[in-house]
This record gives sequence, structure tokens and C-alpha cells, in this order.
Amino acid sequence: MTDLHELTTDNMEISGESIAAGNGVLGQRMLRKEDPALLTGEAIYTNDMKVPGALYMAVLRSPHAHARIVSIDTSAAAALDGVHSVYSGADLADSWAAPMPCAWPVTDDMKNPAHYPLAVSKVHYVGDGVCAVLAVNDSIAHDALDLIDVEYDVLPAVIDLEKSLSDDIVIHEELGTNKSYTWPLVIEDNEGDCQKAMDESAYVVKERYIQQRLIPMAMEPRAVVALPQPFGGDMTLYSSTQVPHILKVMTALTLGIPEHQLRVVCPAVGGGFGSKLNVYAEELLCVQLAKTLKVPVRWNEERSENAQATIHGRAQIQDIELAADENGKITGLRVRLIGDMGAYLQLVTPGVPLLGAFLYGGVYEIPKAFDFSCTSVFTTMTPTDAYRGAGRPEATYAIEHAMDALARKMDIDPLVLRRRNFIPKEAFPYEAYTGLVYDSGDHDKAATVAENILDYDAMRAKQAAQNVAGSTKRLGIGVSTYFEMCGLAPSRVLASLNYSAGGWESATVRVLPTSKIQVVTGTSPHGQGHETAWSMIAADKFGVDPSDVDVLHSDTAIAPLGLDTYGSRSLPVGGVAVGLACDKVIDKARKIAAHQMEANEDDLEFAGGMFTVKGSPDKTMPLAAIAFEAFTAHNLPDGLEPNLEMQVTYDPPNFSWPFGTHMCAIEIDTETGAVEVLQYVAVDDCGNKVNPLIVDGQVHGGVIQGLAQALFEEARYDDDGNLLSSTLAEYLVPAASDVPPITLGESVTPSPTNSLGVKGVGEAGTIGAAPCIMNAVVDALSGLGVQDIQMPASPLNVWNAIQQAQATNQENNA
Amino acid sequence: MEVSVTINGTVQTHDVEPRTLLVQYIRDHAGLTGTNIGCDTSSCGACSIHLNGEAVKSCTVLAVQADGQEVRTIEGMADADGTLHPMQQAFMENHGLQCGYCTPGMVMAATSLLAENANPSEHDVRIGLEGNLCRCTGYQNIVKSVLAAASA
Amino acid sequence: MIPAQFDYVRAESAEEAISLIGQHGDEAKFIAGGHSLLPLMKLRLAQPTVLVDIGRLSDLSYIREDGDMIAIGAMTRHMDVENSPVLKEHAPLLAHAASHVGDPQVRHRGTIGGSIAHSDSASDLPATTLAMGATYVAQGPNGTREIAAGDFFQGFLTTALAPDEMLTEIRVPKMGSAGWSFQKFNRRAQDWAIVGVAAWRNGTESGVGLVNMGSVPILASGVSAAIASGASIEDAAAEAATGTDPTADLNASIEYRQHLARILTKRALTEATS
Repeated sequence: MTDLHELTTDNMEISGESIAAGNGVLGQRMLRKEDPALLTGEAIYTNDMKVPGALYMAVLRSPHAHARIVSIDTSAAAALDGVHSVYSGADLADSWAAPMPCAWPVTDDMKNPAHYPLAVSKVHYVGDGVCAVLAVNDSIAHDALDLIDVEYDVLPAVIDLEKSLSDDIVIHEELGTNKSYTWPLVIEDNEGDCQKAMDESAYVVKERYIQQRLIPMAMEPRAVVALPQPFGGDMTLYSSTQVPHILKVMTALTLGIPEHQLRVVCPAVGGGFGSKLNVYAEELLCVQLAKTLKVPVRWNEERSENAQATIHGRAQIQDIELAADENGKITGLRVRLIGDMGAYLQLVTPGVPLLGAFLYGGVYEIPKAFDFSCTSVFTTMTPTDAYRGAGRPEATYAIEHAMDALARKMDIDPLVLRRRNFIPKEAFPYEAYTGLVYDSGDHDKAATVAENILDYDAMRAKQAAQNVAGSTKRLGIGVSTYFEMCGLAPSRVLASLNYSAGGWESATVRVLPTSKIQVVTGTSPHGQGHETAWSMIAADKFGVDPSDVDVLHSDTAIAPLGLDTYGSRSLPVGGVAVGLACDKVIDKARKIAAHQMEANEDDLEFAGGMFTVKGSPDKTMPLAAIAFEAFTAHNLPDGLEPNLEMQVTYDPPNFSWPFGTHMCAIEIDTETGAVEVLQYVAVDDCGNKVNPLIVDGQVHGGVIQGLAQALFEEARYDDDGNLLSSTLAEYLVPAASDVPPITLGESVTPSPTNSLGVKGVGEAGTIGAAPCIMNAVVDALSGLGVQDIQMPASPLNVWNAIQQAQATNQENNA
Repeated sequence: MEVSVTINGTVQTHDVEPRTLLVQYIRDHAGLTGTNIGCDTSSCGACSIHLNGEAVKSCTVLAVQADGQEVRTIEGMADADGTLHPMQQAFMENHGLQCGYCTPGMVMAATSLLAENANPSEHDVRIGLEGNLCRCTGYQNIVKSVLAAASA
Repeated sequence: MIPAQFDYVRAESAEEAISLIGQHGDEAKFIAGGHSLLPLMKLRLAQPTVLVDIGRLSDLSYIREDGDMIAIGAMTRHMDVENSPVLKEHAPLLAHAASHVGDPQVRHRGTIGGSIAHSDSASDLPATTLAMGATYVAQGPNGTREIAAGDFFQGFLTTALAPDEMLTEIRVPKMGSAGWSFQKFNRRAQDWAIVGVAAWRNGTESGVGLVNMGSVPILASGVSAAIASGASIEDAAAEAATGTDPTADLNASIEYRQHLARILTKRALTEATS
């Protein structure tokens, strides 16, 4: 692998400027521009669109995890009144120019089975598409599904990762194996170091953690409308997606549609969390059928379909060995992962474990004695892919849970152990053992802020008093720290990881003739408030009110260049691009101002929307006047093009590295196994904040999603590969009644790698929360002999763990 | 069959199948798409509306059951002059929404909650919204919004 | 999400409803609030061909004192049970249990009669009224009859109601000075109980109903027998799971459910005794 240090530190520009350099808009808790439309029902989500003449698609899904399709009889369905047509996979087999895309072939020999929108000869998970029905309305389309007769030859399901690796049952026969790939993180000149550390260190903890499968469950299920122009030849795809630009390229390639004739639009999108960072069968089916039939085709996903046919997340087995010297200073780290790919590779499925590979060292000084490799396998379950954090929550969980295990082994306080290993503030920018460079950090500060809010020492004293023998209400205290690698990403780093695309982002800024400002961004928000935040960035640059700025996005005809919204990338890449485009517009405006005021460009100051000649406060020219001059083009400098519009494509020089400390206090009712979170403190340092209101909201939501992994959620399959938790009645997304309030603590350490000093924040809360809660759960019960508990720490799992520990204690005492 | 429902003060009559859910009637027949559908098990509350002044899940009511009744949807909350309902205003001021998909249902459930308990505690609000799921906000600012609306 | 097709008729009186259900035979179902039936129909787990809507029978929505009993019309909504001053005074256990059904939206629509006639053992009100020694009034083509709660629940979603009978009234004894407790254990507030216990106690007399501990709501008669014989709460509660045959699911093993039944019964009796 290429030296990552080389790839990330080139171009690094250090800027320590205050974020609020302009008109004071940045850093304000400005209310969101998006809200009135969303609050009144005016916002249009994809399934709200009124499309005259559209046919409704419904998809018949496999009820079996693994089966051969023997025969399909669609005649009764086709004969139903209101049904237009019915298609099997075989009927459409010639329609696809290429299989469904996987954009991340992590190794040259990675196995990737051909995957088509409808299965042709075999189905590989419950929910795999088998037939598509088109009808005049949704109800009839679903009625018709009941009339399709499919005969299956049922084969054994494969749901256990280690059994899958044995290849006793090969899921995709053409591959000859269930193993997709093995990927090691190669570190130069460290051969044998890790084993030596394991052999020679004072302490070694060896743990196995299971990252259970999760279902993202964005509140808006997916929806698609494909709107053809049969005579003009153009096709518009409306989809509830996070990635209109990626979807456009991939749809063009998969369907053989000329890219310039394809437009992708996402109307309002009701959350994504990675689940809409994909190219899905239903998008391709709607476009292909609309193209062939020359009528609009639409599809609305039902929730139980969403649980089966939209990607799942996490799903890894982690074996971690952590070595430390007699003081607890980490001396070596070994990680072996088995990643559950599910039945097929979706857009970035194989890359998810790699995103975590760089974070197993947490916030600590880790020597080069680091040994990581991941083996990924196919199973007969829903494909996995990026879910909020994508690889990074898993990695953080492993190191943070192992640190607690080490602290217990050493019998020292877990916070004390962490402090002994923190990378000190003065060491940043810090080149880590992986070759990547962490931009900035102040872990001791984040920990101290959290410690003070929780009143850590007092809480420990309370715990000692409460957790006495016979107590049925045991107090647990959880600590978790994290570093997150986000702001995806420097394109050359992505290249070194075999990712098929870049990590840049585009912004166009134009000042209209009447001086109103349009910002066009390649990011594609679905709840993150980019219209507000990008307006604030531009307003600050130009010295105007944010209400004078409009942000255009999520339509490839309006914003043709972009790489969309995922991986906490929008602000540190897309938002920074907006700021840089504003700078370019101001530079051009300066030329016009200098020309018209007959001054030297260098003598002009720009503030509050006004150019002023230095030393001549009466010689001024407002931006509004320059915008009109640029529009009329009557009197511009020689060679200068009319209009005030500039485009920037920004490729970040480094990832951004948010960090933080979470702490919590929980109480466990040992009679029932119920866990109650008494207090939750999150200190998330994401550098400068454009809008703290939005930042806080991102952290709140992230924390509760991480807490939900720890306590509530799990995609459970039975031995036959049936998804048992396929509705929101069984898959326990918690409600307000089921979660605690969160206290946020403040820490701001600007990033030196971008002009705004910002870092991403979309995934941070999720990354910190699961290990924090689970550390508290084990902390509460370790006095009873409980070593660990499998997530989620449901009452059943907690109670079982207590029973087992008591049985073991009795055996040992006997 | 013919079903007449007064929606946001206007009587509407549409010819629908008996199996038509009230949420489909509102969205597909009355054309009011502010009410969203988030699940198929009456779990998420995204489709909450007021039926005769009380919050119900419109995915779990047949349109025929609402025949002759009064329905209020999110489109009926703000004043005609554009002034937001105090609950909508509170959600805006307290960042009680992100993607907005659960929001109409939350607003309808929350106004129904305040109609039954004008001075709720934080606990009352959390329990009172037990039937509404949100995936974005962690509920912190939703609870804050409802408490703010209660004291407005 | 979309139910299979069916025909719909709205009854204007109990007599008409009974006549309609008789005409349409086995595939017809009553619908009241619809909060037990519609979720099944939307997933196409139930596909009745005819629905007889009894939700407009407003004369079956009432709560009134009747001597030593409280009479509750079958069409009374959970929210009205929860908020009834009469029940709060004379049968607070039932009012409180109703406040735990589903969520507020569900309680605005769902009815006590619908819940009991559906007879899901995981529902709160069948076991609660069973614990209270309720009587259910059924009306059929040949008039009305009373069915003791103990005789009503016959198997999984099966009751003593004849196909052409309709539950019209629930009669619960006034609780007098009895202590009471309702313990519902679940992971999310809106969910069904993993295990629930409804209990009342007046000296040596008591009633304990178990939610979700088998295919039918269960009266823990062993617990009451122990209390009657002067056993301690601990010892009585130890009998709670005796003879139960609960199922395992995502949230509980059989062993864990039986353990919860004992723990929650202990807590319920403790609260009811204080």
C-alpha cells in the first residue's frame, strides 16, 4: 500500500483563523430555513409526488433464504383487473448492461457474485426480488403478488459467519467459496512487532466482540419515480437517496443509458444514515421498465420490505488482543475481523471494515506493533453496507471495550488508564501508526469536561456505596473516548484503498443581478440542514443576511457535479468548497471594483458587503452594484468575463478527525435485567461550529442511535434465515419514553487542514455511545462476576449473564 | 363506497374501496401529502392526525370508519396568513426536527397531548410521545419543543 | 400495508350487528376501534371477507355503577376507561391498566370490548379483568348471557363467544379498600408486555392476573391460595409461574418469562399490600 503519510500531508495549509471572521453569522444558533416547509406538510417527499399515468410497481420477494427457482407462474397475477404486466428475473435478464454495481473492490482478487435487480435462477436471502408487478395502483399491485406462484427448491441457509467460512455450503456456486476477500492493513517495517508485544508485555487482554446486525430504519422508507420523456429520450429518476450523483453514474452504466440523458433528483429525503447511500434494484427496475414501456413507473417501499431489502449495518465478529506494559501503556494491538457481507456486495459493502481499520488505536499512542486483517464472507442474509459510522463505531467499540477489560485486569480506574495513553495535545498534527495524520486533538480537555459534568469521582463514591452484596440495583459508570476519521475523503487515499471514486466536492456560487446569492452544492442533505449552514457560510463571506442566500442541491440538472452526503463529509468537504467558491467570487468582484473605482486591487478592503479603498472611506462600492455591473458587462476590465459566478472543486488534503469523550451512569435492576440510563454526557469536539444548533442536534441523534445499538436493536434471524425482526413492532427503535436526556459539554479544537477549521459531526455521537453504555453495563455487573454482555444489553441478555455468572461463582466455590 | 370526511374544515367526498385506510384517503384521495407513512404495524406514529380532535394513527383507521367525522392534518395547523401553530413554531425554535418525516405526526401527537395535559412534566411529554418514532433527533429537542409550546 | 379486499357494513344497533354477522358467516368479523384487527389485516395475516362495523354503537360506550359492580360498555375506549372518575374511585386497577395499553393514539381508538373479545394473552385488559373477577355480557340472536371471565378465554385468540354473539358489557366488582398494582415489563413503553401482572389484595383475599404467560390470559390461583393460607408475599409470589406454559420469543426465554412472573408478582403484591 502507498504511504498514507505522503498522501495526506501534501497541500496541508495551516490556518488558525477564527471562524467568525466575517459578519458574525458563523457560530450563531440560527434557526433552520428548511423547517417551515417540513413543519407544514408543504415539503414533497418522493412518494408525495403526483404523477399522472404512473404505473405502480410491487416486488415479489423470496420467502426463502437460499433456494433454487424451479418455476414461476405469473398468469393469474397478469390476468387480474388493473394489472399491466408481470416480470420475472428471466424475463428481464437481457435488460441489464451490467450487474448491479459494487464500487469498492478492496482487493484485486475479491469475489463478487453477479447481482441483478431480480434473481434469475437462485435466491440468496429472504427479501431477494423475484418478480415485479406493474399495476394501476398500489393496492392492485400488492393483490397481484399474492397470485404469483413460485416453486422453490429450498437449500440450507447460511447465517453463521464462521460456518460460512468453512464452505460446507457454498452460496454462490460460481465463486467456489463463501469468502469474498482478506484484507490486511500493511504497516511498513513492523514484522513480528505485534507478536513480540503479546509475548513480552505485562498485560494482555484477549476479547471477542460481536457487532450485531442493525437495520438503519430511516423513518422514510425508500421511494422511486422514473419519469421518461419517450419522444425526447430523456429520463428523470426521482429517488429517496443520499447520493443522486453517484446514482446517476451507476444507473447510466448499469442500464446503458447515455449519462447526459439521465437526470436524478431527490425531493425531500426522510433520513438516510447510510441506508440510502446505494444503488438499489428498485431504482434500476423502475427506470428500465419506464424506459421500455414509455410510461412513468413508481414504487413505494413498505416498512417490512425496508427491513429486508434495504441494506443492514455492522455485522462483524471482532477478535482483539491488547497488550500493555506494567503501567498500562499500550505496547501492541492485534485485530482479526470477520465481516458479514450478506448475500451480495452492494455499493460499498466490502469497504466498511476498512474504514474502521484505521481507528482501532482509538485516541491513544499506539506503537507500530499493530496487526489488522479482515476476512469477509457471504451469508444468506440481507446485504450489509454503510450504516451511520460504517466501520468506525465497530472499531471504537472494540478498543474502548478492550481498554475497560484491561483496566479491570490491572484493577485501575478506566479513566486513569485512558489518560496514561492519550496522544498529548502538543503532539498534533500527529502521524499515527497507520501513516495517517490526525489533524488536531485535546483528549484530556474533552475527558475533563465530561468528568466534571458527570462529577465522576462523586459518582464512583456513590457506586461503591450502592453496589454492596445483595443490592439489586447496581450502578455502572461508562467512559468512552473516540477519534473519528471523517470528511471522506482525500481522493488519493481512496485510490490507495481501491475505492472507485474520488472524495472531492463541488460548489458553485453566483451573485445574481439583483445581488441575491445562489449557492449550488454537490452535497445532498436529508435532514442535516445544509440550506441553512451553507447560507451562513456564504452570508459570512459576502457580509449579507443568510436570507439573501439560496442553496440549490440534490438535482443533477441543477448541481451537475457532486459526490453527495455520507461519511460526515458534507461540511469539511462540501461546506469548505462553498467558502472557497465565495472567495473566488469576491476576487472577481474585487477586479471589477478596482476597475470601476480606478484603484489598485491590493488597496481594496471587503467587509460588510462593501469594497472600500484603504485610506479613503468615502470611496466605496457595494457588492450589489458590482453584481449589476457584472451582469450588464458594460464596463468590465479587459478580458474579464461577465457575471459573478465561480465554481470550485475541492479535494481535501486530509480527513477531518473529530474526537470526544462520552460518560454515563446507568442502573441495573438485577432481578429483571433492566438497564436504566441515569445520566448521559457527551463531549464531541468537531472543531469550529458553523451552526451549534445543528451540531447539537446531530450529536443528540447520533448518541441515541449508538445507545439503541447498545440496549435495543438487533436484526435477528432464525436458523432457516428468516428475519424475525422485520417490522417496527419487533425491531426496537426506541421512542422518547425509552431514552434519557443528554447533557452536552463544550470543547472546540479547530482543524488546521481547512479554511473553516471544521470537522464532520454526523456520525460522532453514534461512535461514542455504544461503547460508553456497554462499558457501564459491564462496570455495574463485574462485581457479580459478569465478564461481558453481548449487545444489545436487553433485559434478557443481562439477566442471562447474571445467572451464568452466579452459576460459575457457585461452581468455583464448591 | 362514498366516504365523506371533513378535512381541515372542508367536507370532501370520495368513492373508495372499503379497505382504503384513512391515511390513503387523506394522501391519495384528498391529496394532502403532509401526513406520512412510516410503518405497517401502527408503531411509528408518522401518520398521526386528529380525528374529532384527538390524535390517532390514520394507518389504523379505515376511511369508512371516519365517514362523517372531522379530521385535522398538519396542513390545517398553521393560520391562513402563514402564522405557524404555536407547536410548529416551538419545533422550529428548538430544532425539534431534522429530516422532517416524523414531524407532522409528532406535531399532531404533541398538540393532542397538550390538549389533555396543558402543563406536562418532561416525563409526561416523553411518555405521551411513546407512540411516535424519530430516527434523527434523539428526541431531546422534540421534548424541549413540546415543553416550550406548553409554556408559550 | 394494504389489507386484502373485503365488504363493509355498518351496524346501527347491537341487534343489527348480530343479525349481520349471522348472515355473513364465518368469514365475517366485527370491527370496533380496529386496533387489534386492522394491524393483522394490513399484514394480510387476517383476511375477513366482511367487516361489520360496531364502532358507531355509542349506546355501548358508558361506565356506570351498578350496585357492587361497575358496568362498562364494550365500545368504551381505553382513554375513557383510563380517565373515568367512576373507575378511578371504584376500580382504579382497571383505569390504571388501561393507561398502559399501546400509546395515546391507540387508546383514543381502541376499545375495552375489542381488546377482550380479541383475547390476546399479551394484552393488558384481558388479564386485568380476569384478575378482578369480571363478568362479560354477550348478546346473541336469542338474547344476552353472562360469562365469567374465568370461563371466557378458551385458547389462543379463542373465546367462549359464539360466532354470532357480540360482547356488549364488561362488569367488574368494586374494589372497595383493596390495594392494587399493575406491573408491566417491556422494553419500549408502547410495546406489549413481555410479562405483566395485575393484582389486588384485601387481607387474605386477592386476585392476580398474568399477561403474556401462555396462550390465554392467566389467573394465578396458586398465588391467591397461598395468600389465603397466610403465606408471605415472597412465598406466594413463588407460585406465580406454576403451571404456566409461556412461549419464547425475541425478548424472553420461557425460563426468563417464568422468572419475571414471579418477580413482578412479588412487586405487585408488595405494592398492593402497602
